Amino acid sequence: MNTQQQDLIALTGAGVYRQGRWLIRNVDLHVKPGEIVTLIGPNGSGKSTTVKCAIGLEKVDEGRALRKSDLSIGYVPQKFSVDATLPLTVRRLMTLGAHYSTAQIEDALGQVGLSGRTDDLVQHLSGGELQRALLARAFIGKPDLLVLDEPVQGVDYAGEAALYDLIGRFRDETGCGVLLISHDLHVVMAKTDRVLCLNGHVCCTGTPQSVMSSKQYSDLFGARAAESIAIYRHHHDHTHLSDGRVLHADGSVSDHCHKEEEGHDHAR
Amino acid sequence: MIMLDDFFTRALIAGVGLALIVGPLGCFVVWRRMAYFGDTMAHSALLGVALSFLFDISMTLGVFGIAALVSLLLVFLQKKKTLPTDALLGILSHSTLAIGLVLVAFMAWLRLDLMGYLFGDILAVSKGDIALIYGGGCVILAILGLTWRPLLAASVSEELAEVEGLNPQRSKLIFMLLMAGVVAIAIKIVGILLVTSLLIIPAATARRFAPSPEMMALLSSLIGGVAVVGGLFLSLYYDTPSGPSVVVAAMLLFVLSLSMPSQRGS
Repeated sequence: MNTQQQDLIALTGAGVYRQGRWLIRNVDLHVKPGEIVTLIGPNGSGKSTTVKCAIGLEKVDEGRALRKSDLSIGYVPQKFSVDATLPLTVRRLMTLGAHYSTAQIEDALGQVGLSGRTDDLVQHLSGGELQRALLARAFIGKPDLLVLDEPVQGVDYAGEAALYDLIGRFRDETGCGVLLISHDLHVVMAKTDRVLCLNGHVCCTGTPQSVMSSKQYSDLFGARAAESIAIYRHHHDHTHLSDGRVLHADGSVSDHCHKEEEGHDHAR
Repeated sequence: MIMLDDFFTRALIAGVGLALIVGPLGCFVVWRRMAYFGDTMAHSALLGVALSFLFDISMTLGVFGIAALVSLLLVFLQKKKTLPTDALLGILSHSTLAIGLVLVAFMAWLRLDLMGYLFGDILAVSKGDIALIYGGGCVILAILGLTWRPLLAASVSEELAEVEGLNPQRSKLIFMLLMAGVVAIAIKIVGILLVTSLLIIPAATARRFAPSPEMMALLSSLIGGVAVVGGLFLSLYYDTPSGPSVVVAAMLLFVLSLSMPSQRGS
């Protein structure tokens, strides 16, 4: 992958202030073409907010949010539901934003295993099926950047591996950038180039490759799944206090979590 | 046109025209859960009527202006996030209606047929009204047609539409102005208190038989048309007020549709 390429999106020192508190602060995030970046972090740690800033759905109150000009984005939002009164078939869902040929639609839905459900109402899909339909929808326009907010929620482990596999293949074929939020604090897609752990700020960042090779996890999830899923093990050595300060393991309190620029211990 | 000289024929032509226009817009009102918003716009129309008498301007223009203003005010207040939307709508809806009624009372020289504005007076429709309905209706439907795809996408998910560059805020604004236009045109026919019913009931009836959003819009227009014709004949034979009769006919069609097998098992 060419590291000299221009960033698709770049957050620099980004902060979002809402209802009297910082949802995120001092977040740096860059995604280049062909790169897969995964965000993890506990509930309310600002993963979705970060992603929304990156794609322009949310304005930053501090720092900068830049996007490549004419960037096309395939997006799977965290929450998606269609009102029961709207007769929307899966086929029609695919062409909501732009027109695609029947062949393109069948192909996109076939890739996520929804070939037989083209003419079903979106409301009749199960949670996992809806996620797959949304993924197909994000793929179909061959975007420069895929932004997936918990794309495998409601999908079982085997299906999860298959979907991560598909996302990886799509990246390999089109060279698009991928920014995804994992629904699990410890499980990320194995092809991830970089993992960012958020907790209001970037707590730590690293590659998941080291843990992917560990045999115990392939035993745990099966060899097939282990090809697509990696465990990103890390532990937090500090607690965030309600006033925004940080309580460290040794009992000291400071304004930042990186007391001496060392961050977390990462398990290998 | 001899035919247009008959008041009942004029009522039929005007009513059916109105039903055709409101069908597709009514679908969006249902999909976007904006029924109460439609009500608020309609209620504010009485203020528009009062102001148009006060400043001696066209009533259609006055109603359109106030309805548009109220919808913009709502968008502004929603952004401030001080109160939930339904509370905001309640405040806007009833204060504009009340201010309208107070203003009418102040204008002692004005002998206003309040009942006519509240419940409509379809049998007093003039040739000019028909021209307004069909002319204005063509403009409204043309604009709706042009903005259909982004508006539908925004109705499904504003976030997705935004990311895909479809500018949902613009579609929303255009839709609100179209609604203001429909209210301005519809007031005379069904009246302030019943406008929303003509938007919602045919759309809700069409839902059960429509395989796609576009078909639902079309069906909703047709069902509205049948309701208008049925309601007017009801009104003619039983000497009932025309606006409420149309709504009763629409309601009967809705109830009837519940007993029929739907297009899909839903």
